[in-house]
Amino acid sequence: MKLVTEPNFADPDETYARLLAAHSGLSEAESHAFNAALVLILMNHIGDDAAIAEALALAHRATKP
Amino acid sequence: MAYEHRRLPYRRAPGLDAPEPCHDVVIVGAGPVGLAMALDLANHGQGSVLLDDNDRVSIGSRAICWSKRSLEILARLGVGHRCVEKGVTWHVGRTFHRDREIFAFDLLPEDGHEMPAFVNLQQYHVEEYLTEAVLANPLIDFRPLNRVAAIRPALPELYVQTPEGSYTLQARYVLACDGARSAIRTIMRLEFAGELFEERFLIADIEMKADFPPERRFWFEPPFHPGQSALLHKQPDNIWRIDLQLGWDADPEAERAPERVIPRIERMVGHRDFRLDWVSVYSFQCRRLDRFVHGPVIFVGDSAHVVSPFGARGGNGGLQDVDALGWRLAALLAGRASERVLSAYDAERTFGADENIRNSTRTTRFMTPADGVERLYRDSTLALAAEAPFARALANSGRLSRPCTYPLDAPDDPALPATSRPGSVAPDAPLEGGWLMRQLGPDPVLLALGREAPRIDGVRILAPALNDHLRQRYLGNAPGALCLIRPDQVVGARWTTADAAAVSHEIDRMWGRA
Repeated sequence: MKLVTEPNFADPDETYARLLAAHSGLSEAESHAFNAALVLILMNHIGDDAAIAEALALAHRATKP
Repeated sequence: MAYEHRRLPYRRAPGLDAPEPCHDVVIVGAGPVGLAMALDLANHGQGSVLLDDNDRVSIGSRAICWSKRSLEILARLGVGHRCVEKGVTWHVGRTFHRDREIFAFDLLPEDGHEMPAFVNLQQYHVEEYLTEAVLANPLIDFRPLNRVAAIRPALPELYVQTPEGSYTLQARYVLACDGARSAIRTIMRLEFAGELFEERFLIADIEMKADFPPERRFWFEPPFHPGQSALLHKQPDNIWRIDLQLGWDADPEAERAPERVIPRIERMVGHRDFRLDWVSVYSFQCRRLDRFVHGPVIFVGDSAHVVSPFGARGGNGGLQDVDALGWRLAALLAGRASERVLSAYDAERTFGADENIRNSTRTTRFMTPADGVERLYRDSTLALAAEAPFARALANSGRLSRPCTYPLDAPDDPALPATSRPGSVAPDAPLEGGWLMRQLGPDPVLLALGREAPRIDGVRILAPALNDHLRQRYLGNAPGALCLIRPDQVVGARWTTADAAAVSHEIDRMWGRA
């Protein structure tokens, strides 16, 4: 399975706002823990090794260009 | 009650009085691996001299979890059923986080196997049974209190010290079964590369009466040992194995003291009505030799590779080394095989060691995460595990020893089930009046299911009546199959149909002659 990088949200601004709202009221440490849990949940949802590998590589490029 | 260590019979070595003839095989170290090695060679008609630096079986229970595969190997050596009878059979493991159980696993969910998934039994009992078998075997010359002080590996020649003086031994092959601190490895200055994990564990065997079920219980951050992990295993004779994570800062000497150990265990079991049987503090290491075969010196077991203990891959991995070497070395010495079989031992068991090290390293990472992101994901996984089944699959308190599937380049048929593909240990199955596994070895076997087997010299044909277990494990939807099973009970090749020439060719390859 190829990683979907074209827009895939019905309402991108709404989804982005929801992500930020989910962090509201969390300390920085709690936000990190929240993100870790979210990554694990979404990785399992995707499941496909190739798509996950592509996602990891893309995230890496975005972090350390 | 405490185990009573008897002294093994010491006899004056002939080499002290006159030079001994060159022996075929000298085995150094009479732990479970060395003892099993001598017995496995003897099963194939090959004698050996077995040296050990002391005259007692293991002090402390040390290895306790014997896997199904080890029990099958031990059964071939004549002691497997004694181990099962004496040991505590278990197949359920429970994993807890803080005060709640997050999941349980069953290691042997299907029936139709003679041996259970695991038996817990103190190493000294296993060594005692193996030692009795060794002493009763006329092909094995067992010499307790014979310590190897030096080796000239090229010849090879060993300098052996005894209470009555020193002598020299020559051998065609020296098998270094001398454990994690192998003297032979040290003398030969071989690099033992790998990783030391910055973590310490307290390991204790206690004697107490308790009615916990025979299950493996593992806790992450339990209330009785905050922030660390803990393991509880049942052994025979009311002995319980406890592992408690201490952190890297712990002082190993101080932590071994009973006044430190007893309160820790009291918090875990809830009372002080127990006796300390054995205590040790250890750190995790995963290391292996680059090669296990160094000319005529061959490394077997912990001398060749060490892993962290969660997963029971040390002793069980060592017995699988024995299994991979015995038939090959015996055939080489008998002139049936070429030296290439030793390269095959090296290739298969370095592969097996890598799999064990990989599993063990991953467990260690999960159990003792580094500060920062490793800990973040570990904690997150445990927090999710109670609600989300996928996170239970990630929670790693030890991936328990199973034999690897060797990457064999051998004939196979995609119509046949994956569980018996070449390179796998042949799955056991019930036969009329017995078990398949007991019918396999010490010679190669051609398992003929729903097919006429071609007759080939040196190959025993086994054509049992079909049943559901055999069908499921060896045939799938195919109407018939021929499986060539090596002397170590590993599937060497398989076909839905084959002629004598095809099978003969695989036999020749097995002996390193093609």
